[in-house]
Amino acid sequence: MVSNTRLVRRLIIICIAMFAFGYALVPLYDVFCEITGINGKTSNQPAVTRAAVDETRTIKVEFLANRDDAIPWSFAPEVAHISIHPGQVQVINFMVENPTDMAMVGRAVPSVSPGEAAKYFIKIECFCFTEQPLDAHERRAMPVQFYVDPKLPAHFSTITLSYRLYKNIPQLVGR
Amino acid sequence: MSRENISSHQQHADHSHDSHDHKPRGISRWLFTTNHKDIGTLYLLFSLLMLFTGGILAMMIRAELFQPGLQFVDPHFFNQLTTVHGLVMVFGAVMPAFVGLANWMIPLMIGAPDMALPRMNNWSFWILPFAFTILLSTFFMEGGAPAAGWTFYAPLSTTYSSDSTAFFVFSVHLMGISSIMGAMNVIVTIFNLRAPGMTWMKLPLFVWTWLITAFLLIAVMPVLAGVVTMVLTDKYFGTSFFDAAGGGDPVMFQHIFWFFGHPEVYIMILPAFGIVSSIIPTFARKPLFGYESMVIATASIALLSFIVWAHHMFTTGMPVAAELFFMYATMLIAVPTGVKVFNWVATMWRGAMTFEVPMMFALAFIVLFTIGGLSGLMLAIVPADFQYHDTYFVVAHFHYVLVTGAVFGIISGVYYWIPKWTGVMYSEKIGQLHFWCSIISVNMLFFPMHFVGLAGMPRRIPDYALQFADMNAFISIGGFLFGLSQLIFVWMVVRCMRGKGEKATDRVWEGAQGLEWEVPSPAPYHTFQTPPQVK
Repeated sequence: MVSNTRLVRRLIIICIAMFAFGYALVPLYDVFCEITGINGKTSNQPAVTRAAVDETRTIKVEFLANRDDAIPWSFAPEVAHISIHPGQVQVINFMVENPTDMAMVGRAVPSVSPGEAAKYFIKIECFCFTEQPLDAHERRAMPVQFYVDPKLPAHFSTITLSYRLYKNIPQLVGR
Repeated sequence: MSRENISSHQQHADHSHDSHDHKPRGISRWLFTTNHKDIGTLYLLFSLLMLFTGGILAMMIRAELFQPGLQFVDPHFFNQLTTVHGLVMVFGAVMPAFVGLANWMIPLMIGAPDMALPRMNNWSFWILPFAFTILLSTFFMEGGAPAAGWTFYAPLSTTYSSDSTAFFVFSVHLMGISSIMGAMNVIVTIFNLRAPGMTWMKLPLFVWTWLITAFLLIAVMPVLAGVVTMVLTDKYFGTSFFDAAGGGDPVMFQHIFWFFGHPEVYIMILPAFGIVSSIIPTFARKPLFGYESMVIATASIALLSFIVWAHHMFTTGMPVAAELFFMYATMLIAVPTGVKVFNWVATMWRGAMTFEVPMMFALAFIVLFTIGGLSGLMLAIVPADFQYHDTYFVVAHFHYVLVTGAVFGIISGVYYWIPKWTGVMYSEKIGQLHFWCSIISVNMLFFPMHFVGLAGMPRRIPDYALQFADMNAFISIGGFLFGLSQLIFVWMVVRCMRGKGEKATDRVWEGAQGLEWEVPSPAPYHTFQTPPQVK
């Protein structure tokens, strides 16, 4: 038999460990989503390798842009959708305009749908990698350069790339 | 009080060296008590008070839903009502009632003189009134009480919540600390204070189910504390756990919350399984069928509860493989639960059954909890869940398992043990009246919710489409009747506490087995100061 004090101490350790586990779920969740690619989260690093073009398949890629209420910019892709072959590198511009009288910094967070296709959607260059400062009334085209990995499972024929634009808040700086 | 004093003085003669025999009078007795029976009584009375507090909120919800359109409350206040109703019933009524029963009965059932950590016991109770004062005070604040639902999904609880969120978070912290301390006390008591000869496989099933529940509490209440802390820091301290703008993810809130939330629903039902497993053998006059399988089934349900949480989130866009995993894991829980229901029925099979009030509530528990379990199985089916999700079908499901499950389990336990607590038999007439009023009204209240849910009525909405009007009026009438029926229960409790009624014998029930029936009725202030020998 364990004494009351030692038993209570062990139970308290379990409690603290479970509290820590609750917080550990946060990085674990990200790691899990990154490995499996099931959350529509794309890699935040530019891709370096290129794949061969598979001309036997055609994938429809749709583009969406929306913004948070806190940032009054206009934000839209120059085309709604395109059709490309897996492996084919493509550049698409997203048009952004700051209609206000003051300079602001925005940041776009990408998401790919269906979520399972996210890890096959490879960005070579993306405005989402960095902060986007815009002067008052400045208008700019923000390019994203990407290709679709030819290893994309056969049952996917459409991929949607969506960006949501946020006003840069202090804790984002440096990410 | 005077009866207890007499018996405690009788014991005093035998244990004159024991300083704890001194029992202060008045309020300080209750404030400073370390006696498991006093604390059990406090817990039970507190949970009764909270049952009526949450009940009043429910009555307001049903009054608003009596007719389509907005009658009495505005939508924002309606959301506050559903949110606080859920929080009060889960953390204020059901959980403290179980801790109260554990305090009263576990030492008596295992032959212990008291709980192992009596001062902590006092503390864990007295935190609760403060926690709920904080929570309920938010109704009177600018912006009102929390309105994000008892599940407080981000960003409803972060970006879109009022400033009462801080009060809500702090009150949940206090409730969590209280539950964790209560659970530790139960574990240490059961590990260390069993009477000689009370081996693990001789423990009454109520003790077993509570031991397993206590481990669940220790494992998941800290996770709840973590997730409310993340909500707090997201709202006030600039973190972005659940904010996509800062790299967080609102869906992650649901994963962490339900990692706590699913074991939590078993925390609210396992002790009721234990109560029913004590009552059925008494009134069937047969030993419990399949004791070992009951213990194993309870432990299996507890373990499985950790791998099924995402069945609350089928519509969040999970991959099919994950949906299938959580669907099958959830359905697997029906197996140990089915074992339990089978064992209860087998215990009654060819038993010499009588139908006193505790048995009536226990039988109602078995039938109605099984209905709630079956609608749970329907919800576990992924393609079907897409239709049922966030409709009144879900409301019907969890009220069947929580009201006719957990609450009926608690009520049957109160009827079963109140003669031992107070020394007088409850009035069988009042009890039967309470039972029949409750059983009819509760089914009027919750059964039609299945139909309006299947027909597409969403939950947490103060207004609804006209075709649901008749059903909702009927449901509301059932709700008011069920609320009123519980006043009969209060009448019964008050009568017993005032000592009105037939004097109870020590054994109380002809078929009762177990150490709690070996002590006099009412149970003296101190019991088993010399441990009994269990054969």
